[in-house]
Amino acid sequence: MIQPPASFLPILVLLLLAILAGAAILVLSGVVLPRFLKPCNPRKGKLTPYECGVPPLQEGARHRYSVKFYLVAMLYILFDVEVAFLLPWAVQYKSNLASFWMMVFFVATLLVGYVYAWGKGALDWER
Amino acid sequence: MAGTTLEDTVITTRLEDVINWSRKNSLWPMAFGTACCAIEFMGMAASRFDISRFGAEVMRFSPRQSDLMLVLGTVTNKQAPVLRQIYAQMAEPKWVVSVGVCAGSGGMYRTYATLQGIDRVVPVDVYVPGCPPRPETIIYGIMKLQEKISRETLDQRKEHIERFYASLDRQNELQAARGCTEFQAVREMVLEAGSRGDQRIW
Repeated sequence: MIQPPASFLPILVLLLLAILAGAAILVLSGVVLPRFLKPCNPRKGKLTPYECGVPPLQEGARHRYSVKFYLVAMLYILFDVEVAFLLPWAVQYKSNLASFWMMVFFVATLLVGYVYAWGKGALDWER
Repeated sequence: MAGTTLEDTVITTRLEDVINWSRKNSLWPMAFGTACCAIEFMGMAASRFDISRFGAEVMRFSPRQSDLMLVLGTVTNKQAPVLRQIYAQMAEPKWVVSVGVCAGSGGMYRTYATLQGIDRVVPVDVYVPGCPPRPETIIYGIMKLQEKISRETLDQRKEHIERFYASLDRQNELQAARGCTEFQAVREMVLEAGSRGDQRIW
């Protein structure tokens, strides 16, 4: 049997009353009463982030820092790969001119990138 | 139930007494452990001595969640502003128990580097002597603090803490005016209070 929608009106009223009561409790205990009861002494020393009592090194966890760090990390990986290639090659190098020119080409390729990074000022440390 | 009066079934009390009763039985201690007293503190918290019998077992190592600071050990001059900062960051109302002679008076460290009693920089409620005090001594100190809490009025505690905040404001002003570090500011305030004959800066 299909109920007419009007018969659910008491439930709607009950729902609205429940929402109203919940909101009233939240507002009363979260906004109105604390204004009279809660000790409130906000000041610089109290509001700063807790870093074992010493002044924080940076303001909050959402502090922004320069992406230069990532640049340095990228450059490190670049030259790390170079060294990783150079070392076994140098150990195995038996006056083989073909492999020598190959390595010169490889190093020259990286050198272009190095000169480019230098020219862009990636090697100057800025904050 | 013949002859039962209202006084037999209803307990009347003052609001202040109820609030203080709940405060004294739900102390959340934070250990400011700098020396061997902190080891005795561990014994106090553990099962043999068991501070939870006195409602103070919820250790929090963050000032944001605690209202009882246990200063356990030697505090140097360099640490004085750290102590003040952590005390300022604690939840109100807050109490301080100075544990051991080092915290209470500098103890055997009668040197230029050691703060001669933490009550020079933060308000202390109970002093526990000993070098280090045994766990039951610290518990006795906390019981004494509970007695103190049940006797004090709410306004007394509020003013007590606000007096400290006023000294923190003075410290911040001094730092801003001189452009000095908080260590220099607190040291200067301690020396200045000493030259006035005061033993404290708050």
